Amino acid sequence: MIGGDEATKAPAAGAPQPLEWNFSQVFGERAAGEEVQEVDIISAIEFDRTGDHLATGDRGGRVVLFERNDTKDHYGHRRDLERTDYLISRHPEFRYKTEFQSHEPEFDYLKSLEIEEKINKIRWCHAANGALFLLSTNDKTIKFWKVQEKKVKKVCDLNVDHSRAMGNGPVVCSRKSASSKQCMENGGCNERPSGYSSIDASLPSGGVPPLRLPVVTTHETSPVAKCRRIYAHAHDYHINSISNNSDGETFISADDLRINLWNLEISSQSFNIVDVKPANMEDLTEVITSAEFHPTHCNTIAYSSSRGSIRLIDMRQSALCDTHSKLFEEQEVPGSRSFFTEIIASISDIKFAKDGRYILSRDYMTLKLWDINMDRGPVTTFQVHEYLRPKLCDLYENDSIFDKFECCLSGDGRHVATGSYSNLFRVFGCSEGSTEATTLEASKNPTRRQVQTPTRPSKPPGTLPRVLRRGADTSGADANGSAFDFSTKLLHLAWHPTENSVACAASNSLYMYYA
Amino acid sequence: MYTADEPLYPIAVLIDELKNEDIQLRLNSIRRLSTIARALGEERTRKELIPFLNENNDDDDEVLLAMAEELGVFIPYVGGVEHAHVLLPPLETLCTVEETCVREKAAESLCRIGSQMRESDLVDWFIPLVKRLAAGEWFTARVSACGLFHIAYPSAPETLKIELRSIYSQSCQDDMPMVRRSAAMNLGKFAATVESAHLKTDILSMFEDLTQDDQDSVRLLAVEGCAALGKLLEPQDCIAHILPVIVSFSQDKSWRVRYMVANQLYELCEAVGPEPTRTELVPAYVRLLRDNEAEVRIAAAGKVTKFCRILNPELAIQHILPCVKELSSDSSQHVRSALASVIMGMAPVLGKDATIEQLLPIFLSLLKDEFPDVRLNIISKLDQVNQVIGIDLLSQSLLPAIVELAEDRHWRVRLAIIEYIPLLASQLGVGFFDDKLGALCMQWLKDKVYSIRDAAANNLKRLAEEFGPEWAMQHIIPQVLEMTNNPHYLHRMTILRAISLLASVVGSEITNSKLLPVVINASKDRVPNIKFNVAKVLQSLIPIVDHSVVEKTIRPCLVDLSEDPDVDVRFFANQALQSIDHVMMSS
Repeated sequence: MIGGDEATKAPAAGAPQPLEWNFSQVFGERAAGEEVQEVDIISAIEFDRTGDHLATGDRGGRVVLFERNDTKDHYGHRRDLERTDYLISRHPEFRYKTEFQSHEPEFDYLKSLEIEEKINKIRWCHAANGALFLLSTNDKTIKFWKVQEKKVKKVCDLNVDHSRAMGNGPVVCSRKSASSKQCMENGGCNERPSGYSSIDASLPSGGVPPLRLPVVTTHETSPVAKCRRIYAHAHDYHINSISNNSDGETFISADDLRINLWNLEISSQSFNIVDVKPANMEDLTEVITSAEFHPTHCNTIAYSSSRGSIRLIDMRQSALCDTHSKLFEEQEVPGSRSFFTEIIASISDIKFAKDGRYILSRDYMTLKLWDINMDRGPVTTFQVHEYLRPKLCDLYENDSIFDKFECCLSGDGRHVATGSYSNLFRVFGCSEGSTEATTLEASKNPTRRQVQTPTRPSKPPGTLPRVLRRGADTSGADANGSAFDFSTKLLHLAWHPTENSVACAASNSLYMYYA
Repeated sequence: MYTADEPLYPIAVLIDELKNEDIQLRLNSIRRLSTIARALGEERTRKELIPFLNENNDDDDEVLLAMAEELGVFIPYVGGVEHAHVLLPPLETLCTVEETCVREKAAESLCRIGSQMRESDLVDWFIPLVKRLAAGEWFTARVSACGLFHIAYPSAPETLKIELRSIYSQSCQDDMPMVRRSAAMNLGKFAATVESAHLKTDILSMFEDLTQDDQDSVRLLAVEGCAALGKLLEPQDCIAHILPVIVSFSQDKSWRVRYMVANQLYELCEAVGPEPTRTELVPAYVRLLRDNEAEVRIAAAGKVTKFCRILNPELAIQHILPCVKELSSDSSQHVRSALASVIMGMAPVLGKDATIEQLLPIFLSLLKDEFPDVRLNIISKLDQVNQVIGIDLLSQSLLPAIVELAEDRHWRVRLAIIEYIPLLASQLGVGFFDDKLGALCMQWLKDKVYSIRDAAANNLKRLAEEFGPEWAMQHIIPQVLEMTNNPHYLHRMTILRAISLLASVVGSEITNSKLLPVVINASKDRVPNIKFNVAKVLQSLIPIVDHSVVEKTIRPCLVDLSEDPDVDVRFFANQALQSIDHVMMSS
């Protein structure tokens, strides 16, 4: 094992077959030579818990929703339902559902700060009555959205002929009224009669026959997004994470120094549960980089820091959880310290596995899988960027070293994935005995640049994989001679909750793959 | 088609606007639903309006909320109780929407209607509705269902009762925590309608399920159920089933659960009787008073008086008072603040000796607390302790505390103490007040913050009310009048304000002789703001002084002001003049 070469290690008997990845779909594919607009760059991806819906957010503050083609939802067209039979056996395919402008650029006049509209995170909430609910956030403000199929209505049989009653009043045009002359929109009546109370008194007891209720006919439906609540003014620093609680009524939002707890129904107040701000800002040594609720334990939160540690807090212990209940960090290897050690240790993202026992974390060089019952070190470390180690200086100078890559786990917890440069992303097998390590490119031909660099170190207790594994990964994608392109980075990706399907964002395009 | 000159035109418009594109107009129409119903008549309301509303529930939440509310009082418009069931379908639909406040309102309206319905109608219409909601596909329906059982259950025949109990029990184990929370929240109401034989079996097992829920938020609500349930049960059942639960809750891992226990514990004391209270609840409460989590101590400290009232004095002195002593020097200012707001109430419970010996030192230390809220809370309840030990013992410590608060650098603290000055004055008596506090009251008139100056002026009025015009004439008015030549115009304005407030209390004679000349004099001020305030004050004096004075003094002054170069001065002067004319005409 010390040599660390997978070749020396026979795959354990019954080791799972590596996944065969295939291209499924692309949305917003760039034509050759087309320039990408800054606002179109995708900045968040999230599947809902059923996997029937997918949301992306972009730097322009928009949220785009996709829905699975083969869902048995209530609004599916007959044609789709008929197709379901043969679709059901296939991998999930999505279609565009709707999009809406979630955030607008703002200016904080008190602090003289521009607030970007960029969507930092999207989280889905429980669906109800066929309406979808999600939270989206930019640097400062979280919004709660409801997306619902609204019937397009046509109102007719009115009591008052508004075209006459209004005289030369404004003519309200509507796309619906054009279709029929008898049915007209009831709108634009500005002169409202008053004094109903006098009418009340004079009403004949039997009612007045000629009065009639408007007849509403509905035709097709279309999804409409409505902002239900805005949770604002609770963060002094930039929000990096939001996460729903399993209790269905609360969520957290985290910025660099604080984590706040909200009730979904109450936007006027939140409770500060973690505050790492030192009394003197010069003493600041570490910031919060990501935070997530445990998937089933309503009182457990994990948050990661810029120094590479993950803390678990138990909200039952205290109202202000400044003391963690568990701390996960890897011991520094003596002698390996360099100028970049602290920078590359910073965790950019953490995710709980579905069962809540494991936490996946991503730092600049590696993916680490932690068992929450074992705090002396990660269960496994996957090398992602080891080949970049000689180039850290360049990466520091062009700021790439501060890129925040996200990570994700498959629904069954047997695979993990994370992004890299040159629009590549890597998938690792993490079940017992797996040596799977695949590099895929976010393009229609994902395996074009794939080089089999089996790098998965299965870590026996006591070994120090990061150092020992060094070099195992140097082949990297350099093997085929192409230089890494640090401007095309794949930061955001998400794994379908129930199937082996990954959605990832390459700039403004959303690529989907299945295995 | 209706045209504008027909009498029913407004109603016609109102009906049309039920479907207007402008939400304000739709809201308006929904709020006038009863008008529409009367215009249509009972039968058409039943056959057309209600089905129409039921079909058109795809609206904004604001409109749905209004609809849910209106339908709750709609029985008269559909032809009385025998037709009440026609109102159920639209409310049933509203019970399933995603917005909580709409669902709650719809459930409330359903309960209101259900409680008026005839028993047979309940069986035919209401109970099936509850069952449908409880079996709803989405959690929203199931959440609403839990709040309807207490209406449905009493009139159900025996077989249905069994079914309803079992449905409720399923809700207590629903997959969605929202439903379990609703079940926990409504358990007390439902239990109150269930026969006592089933209480011990069915309801208690549901309660036990809820108390062991994974979700803290469900267990929290189960705690609330403890007290309600405890009151329904026989004492021995309560001791056997509820007491162990509450004792274990009081040691729950989650501080929020303990917090709820701390808030609720005293309510359970009566249900279990004195002996278990002594052996079980007092130790539990003492633990909560010493809890690690400040929030729990805050809740526990806030209930100290209520808890002691239930206990006999020896128990309180022996077990609770030592904790109170500890809490008075708690590290959390909020704990001390919570304690300070209730600790006064313990005096009557403990009796005079124990109060002087034990409570007074605590009380004095709180009065010297570094945190102003703590001191304020003590002072605000001064009357309670005064009744027990008398003011003399206190006054020595009280005064420094008041003076310090009066000069606190936070204006909100100064404001708070000003609000209590009349109460203090009534407790301390004229003599004490004159010596010590009079100067403070004058000092506030010159505060840098407007709110304080304004409150100070108001305070003078309240003092004058408390001690009478004669006292005011001697102790307030001279000092106030002295300040009329203050170089700062804002302070002169404060004085004008004080004068107008005092005038209404001290009567026409003093106003005539002392206050009015000062006001008239101020009308020659060089600052226009003062001048138009003079106009305003004069207007307020009109009803207080005699007609002759108005004509002889006030009117000429106002006439002068109405020719002032400043437009605002002229405006207010003219307004005051008009008001004189108005008074003259009416008299």
